[in-house]
Amino acid sequence: MTDITKEALSPPRSFLSQDAIQLFYRLLAVLLICAVLAVLNESFLSLGNILNVLRQASLTFFIASGLTLVVLTAGLDLSVGANVALSACIAGTVIHTTGSATLGILTGLACGGIVGLLNGIMVTALRIPSFIATYGMLWVLNGLTYWYMAGETLHGFPAGFRQIGSGYLFGLPIPVYLLLVFLGIGTLFAQRTIWGQEIYAIGANPVAARLSGIPVTRRLLLVYAVSGTMAGLASIIFLSRLNSAEADIGESLTLPAIAAVLIGGTSLFGGVGTVFGTFIGALILTLVLNGMNLLSVSANWQPLVTGIIVILAVWLDMKTRRRAQ
Amino acid sequence: MREAAVVSGPNPLQRIPGVAIVLGALIMLFGAIAPGFLTPANLSNVLVQSTILTMLALPMTLIIMTEGLDLSMGAVLTLTSLCVAIVSLATKSMLLGLGAGVLVGAAFGAVNGWLVAILGIPPFVATLGTLGMAQGLSLIVSDGQSVVGIPHSVRDIYSATLLGIPLPIVLAFVTYAVFHGLLYHTRFGGYVFALGGNREALRYAGLSPNRLLIAVYALGGTMAGVAGLLMTARMNSGHPTAGLGLEFDAIAAVAVGGTSFERGNGWLLGTLLGVIAVGVLRNGLNLISLPSSVQVASVGVLVIVALFLDGLRSRS
Repeated sequence: MTDITKEALSPPRSFLSQDAIQLFYRLLAVLLICAVLAVLNESFLSLGNILNVLRQASLTFFIASGLTLVVLTAGLDLSVGANVALSACIAGTVIHTTGSATLGILTGLACGGIVGLLNGIMVTALRIPSFIATYGMLWVLNGLTYWYMAGETLHGFPAGFRQIGSGYLFGLPIPVYLLLVFLGIGTLFAQRTIWGQEIYAIGANPVAARLSGIPVTRRLLLVYAVSGTMAGLASIIFLSRLNSAEADIGESLTLPAIAAVLIGGTSLFGGVGTVFGTFIGALILTLVLNGMNLLSVSANWQPLVTGIIVILAVWLDMKTRRRAQ
Repeated sequence: MREAAVVSGPNPLQRIPGVAIVLGALIMLFGAIAPGFLTPANLSNVLVQSTILTMLALPMTLIIMTEGLDLSMGAVLTLTSLCVAIVSLATKSMLLGLGAGVLVGAAFGAVNGWLVAILGIPPFVATLGTLGMAQGLSLIVSDGQSVVGIPHSVRDIYSATLLGIPLPIVLAFVTYAVFHGLLYHTRFGGYVFALGGNREALRYAGLSPNRLLIAVYALGGTMAGVAGLLMTARMNSGHPTAGLGLEFDAIAAVAVGGTSFERGNGWLLGTLLGVIAVGVLRNGLNLISLPSSVQVASVGVLVIVALFLDGLRSRS
């Protein structure tokens, strides 16, 4: 390996200590929000509410974890919410017609993955900027989903299938176990595999990555396909939790997922961030929204607050990076 | 300065084919397969229904020329439409309603410009954030309900005619004329070309690119305010989700019209033809009884194809 390759593949050392500090601040923020909410509302610390927060956070995390990889390559996937809706509706139909939950789950994952792959093809082969390509995809998927459902709602799924989203194991919701599994897989993949490190390298400097022999196109396709597949996974959890599927279930999912990634410290400019950070980001966002809910703030305020959080997160990221330089 | 802008600007003759072919093909297609498409009443209907989109797509062209994007336009339009409805309902005055809508729109546009220019946040994320904010404010001010009982003076804006021409069409053409004059015949227009192509030149000329950028985004918000009046007049009410997603049609019209997303040059007449192409596509699909969901998906495909072709041209 040449020196350039080694440099491109080695973790960005100068950021490591910086990363640790950033992570510490975010954990502090989690504790602070928890402390404030515990003082303001006594039901916040009830077991039921904490499990509820964890379950909500895990739903955001599934979408956001795949998105993290995309953002690490300095891309963006605006179609994740619409992808969840389409995958959920198709998976729901498969379960209804075949009666097989396994087949439905596989279809949902495949549908999400295929949509992600199409995004990847638009970004790599057609060279359309990722935010505008996935924005176009958002509307194509929205149209397809509404057309496919034709105003219908699917509901009533097998009890076994519904356990995935609403069941418990040793007192913890099953989505929380899935969260831990995918947090582990995502972290190991990004930090400990060559492919993961190559994704960081592509985000940090795509030209250097290409010159040092990284198959940039194939890695980008992988990243968008993973993001789509994670949206497919989220669609299964949603389907099983809501026990119903409608064309509009994805509309309020994209902004929170992006917010979680950005609060978690992943930089929009690529190359910096971790999957664990995104988990913390999902936790912070969920705590804020849960807190608003407990303090009986109308749900109408949620998009406003999420929008402000997105902008604040990007601004903070840019400020800290400017200072670090 | 002006000369540099003209040299780096578009060559309209090369562009006319692209969007004109798309529009011509769509008109021929629907003329052949959609019953009643080529009647004067329907064509006039297409134009009237394209007026709100025209008011969004023209400033969107300028924003995209600065290598920016405004994803919040549809949500801001929704908010301004509600402001027009609420204020005109309370004061019985169309002009006060319009003033409120324009003020709120311009404020949102200025915030977008400030986030992009001063804080340096990438436009698509900054405006995605303000999209959420405008959407949230729409739900909050309306409490999720429609605002009904709009005064006649507002309604008449959409239904009145001037010399036999529907008033919205007249307003759209006035808007086009203003934007054409602004972009091609004022110094500001030259600066807009320079914002996309050559920001350094602006700095050397002693101008502030940041302030110009804020002005361009504020113009977008202001036009969303004017379009808010038309929207309220058209629906005879204010509705908290009415304009959501319209920014996508605007971006589609700009992309189909041949304005480039990466090279900072734009063509207003192309955008106007692009608006009509999107209007024809939606109207035609509607006439052959395809649901609005299929229309949305087709516009999505139209955008991706237009961007792909744009990418091909930029490489050749």
